[in-house]
Amino acid sequence: MSPLNIKKGSSSHSAYDLRDPNAVVIETHTLAVVVDNESGVLARVIGLFSGRGYNIDSLTVAETDHASHLSRITVVTTGTPQVIEQIKAQLARMVPVHEVHDLTTDGPAVQRELALFKVSGKGEARIEALQLAEIFRANVVDSTLGSFVFEMTGTPEKIDAFADLMRPLGLLEMARTGVAALSRGV
Amino acid sequence: MTRQMTGAAMVVQALKDQGVEVVFGYPGGAVLPIYDEIFQQNDIRHILVRHEQGAVHMAEGYARSTGKVGVALVTSGPGATNAVTGLVDALMDSIPILVISGQVPTFMIGTDGFQEADTVGITRPCTKHNWLVKDTEKLSEVIHQAFHVSRSGRPGPVLVDIPKDVQFATGTYTPMEKTRTAHYQPRVQGDPEQILRMVELMETAERPVFYTGGGVINSGPKASQLLREFVAETDFPITSTLMGLGCYPASGKNWLGMLGMHGLYEANLAMHGCDLMINIGARFDDRITGRIKDFSPGSKKIHVDIDPSSINKVIRTDVPIIGDVTHVLEEALKLWRARGRKTNKAGLTQWWGRIAEWRSVKCLTYKNSDKIIKPQYALERLEALTKGMDRYITTEVGQHQMWAAQFLGFEGPNRWMTSGGLGTMGYGLPASIGVQVAHPDALVINVAGDASWLMNMQEMGTAMQFRTPVKQFILNNERLGMVRQWQELLHGERYSQSWSESLPDFVKLADAFGCKGIQCKDPADLDDAIRDMLAYDGPVIFDCLVEKHENCFPMIPSGKPHNEMLLGDADTQGVIGAKGAVLV
Repeated sequence: MSPLNIKKGSSSHSAYDLRDPNAVVIETHTLAVVVDNESGVLARVIGLFSGRGYNIDSLTVAETDHASHLSRITVVTTGTPQVIEQIKAQLARMVPVHEVHDLTTDGPAVQRELALFKVSGKGEARIEALQLAEIFRANVVDSTLGSFVFEMTGTPEKIDAFADLMRPLGLLEMARTGVAALSRGV
Repeated sequence: MTRQMTGAAMVVQALKDQGVEVVFGYPGGAVLPIYDEIFQQNDIRHILVRHEQGAVHMAEGYARSTGKVGVALVTSGPGATNAVTGLVDALMDSIPILVISGQVPTFMIGTDGFQEADTVGITRPCTKHNWLVKDTEKLSEVIHQAFHVSRSGRPGPVLVDIPKDVQFATGTYTPMEKTRTAHYQPRVQGDPEQILRMVELMETAERPVFYTGGGVINSGPKASQLLREFVAETDFPITSTLMGLGCYPASGKNWLGMLGMHGLYEANLAMHGCDLMINIGARFDDRITGRIKDFSPGSKKIHVDIDPSSINKVIRTDVPIIGDVTHVLEEALKLWRARGRKTNKAGLTQWWGRIAEWRSVKCLTYKNSDKIIKPQYALERLEALTKGMDRYITTEVGQHQMWAAQFLGFEGPNRWMTSGGLGTMGYGLPASIGVQVAHPDALVINVAGDASWLMNMQEMGTAMQFRTPVKQFILNNERLGMVRQWQELLHGERYSQSWSESLPDFVKLADAFGCKGIQCKDPADLDDAIRDMLAYDGPVIFDCLVEKHENCFPMIPSGKPHNEMLLGDADTQGVIGAKGAVLV
């Protein structure tokens, strides 16, 4: 974070670049990469990140356009602005890559992630967990006398917050899908 | 009209349709159907190599000297893994080549079959793109797409992996013109606004310099022509990377020589002191920049590159222009002429004055000897005795390569084939054969070091079998010269493993291969020996015994900026700090 405490990625919405040019700013960006759904394409993208030492915070991929064999990879990555620009350029020049969108800078976007939480507990803790799940709008998708499985969709921050609350109440396991994201509007 | 044929026949048909005249390869179980097709036709020549690495370097030599896509054919497993070094070499230097590899039949993939390797997995980061074709119906289209990808935009290596059952099966041939290539069309036209900014900066710059690279050569001969016109009309000084030598003639009056770690003093100081750097098709490689923080601190930087990922990768650019060098130079030149051919004449005169001072240092001066052949002297004589000939030079990697870049002059593009980015020892001999195959009547010389040359010396068999009269000019110092130089400068003169004790007798080796061997150790005999080599109609191994402890200067030590060059042995004491020693 820069000394001016400007929000991550906010400079592109301003007419002025308020970032301190001397500070090493680490930004988090969500990239949507539209690729040909051919064999090995995910390995190519992941190989680019590992081979060049870029970070992957989260990665989701699935075919989104069956007719034209296109898949959408949503990748959350961190780096200096220069590295983020490199990542985008490196992705864009790959042969099976059709489009690269930076959802962090291209305008407002929605981000969602799905997570499942297995929480075990009895008595007070069990009731507490159920109440918190209601507040967070998590669904109960499985229950036994000693456990629940909650399902929740939300931003990664919301999922993190819920996990923090569940931990002292008996969180056993957790599975999350990684971020899917779309820009707002048309 | 749809044409049915086997996958193997498709391979040969697709190569013919792409205008391929020659394939460098080595047969094996998984490519036998393709070899059977090659046997039954005469349009495509096959050059049988001795090792698959040689095939790929030959394809590179062919591609670099012609501008066409070079083709290599290898079998599965070890055939493909042996091709890996050549693929990465071509990737680093942006050389268009296609490697076709055989694969075990589709139903055996994943069973650890005999000679099975995950070729597309292994070569994914080694190619611009690669394909495993599991359906004969798709094979011909993929091969045509592979050619398209290889030569479009920034050129590079591609690989098509073909299982043996796909080669046997019959399918429909898709001709070149029906192949879908629409989704891979890199941009070639530069942004007019940025080109205008480029021209405006060129009109006012006091201390401009053209910094050119392999992109000029990859863009085709017209790019070199336009560059020459631009340099002549602006009277700006010009330097080039190792990869770009020949895009501006070495005899041209604005030529500063090569820049970089072993570049010329005047070239590096011009880069350091300029106020406008015009980078045309070069990529700010670490051999060029030295310490990033102190790289050309006072200059505005224009960067013309066809690959957007080259822009701002290591050096921040003020005027980024994404496009093909020919297009951008054409537009820029047209605009600059239309605006009245303006330059800052007063500034330029002063700038040339400073360059003249740097030139007067005569940084390539070396202490000659009448008892032992100095490597620099050997190259000076080679240059003098081959001047004006239809000459192509390849090199191996090391001191000899840097001396060749310093002491040989290149008047045109595509005449200089060297492994720049990857620095592959063993590149030069096979590359020289590839060049000679493309230019049968030209003089092709591989300037080599003894250690590098041994790495692929088996290819002398190929040279003999296919009557390619390549001249192997080996500067033999019985050392790994560049390693030795770094050990002297950085590691307290502890020469760990940089000495070749049991070198072969190169003249006898030449005998064994059936070619001519020449040894020369007396400077007085050198001219006659070189003339003997040039006069011989066939391959020659020239064993030139040179001074064993000569260092290559000038040199920018690792981690130092351009203005801290070492000019000779006297400068070298304690100059490389611990930080620099970590770098390569």
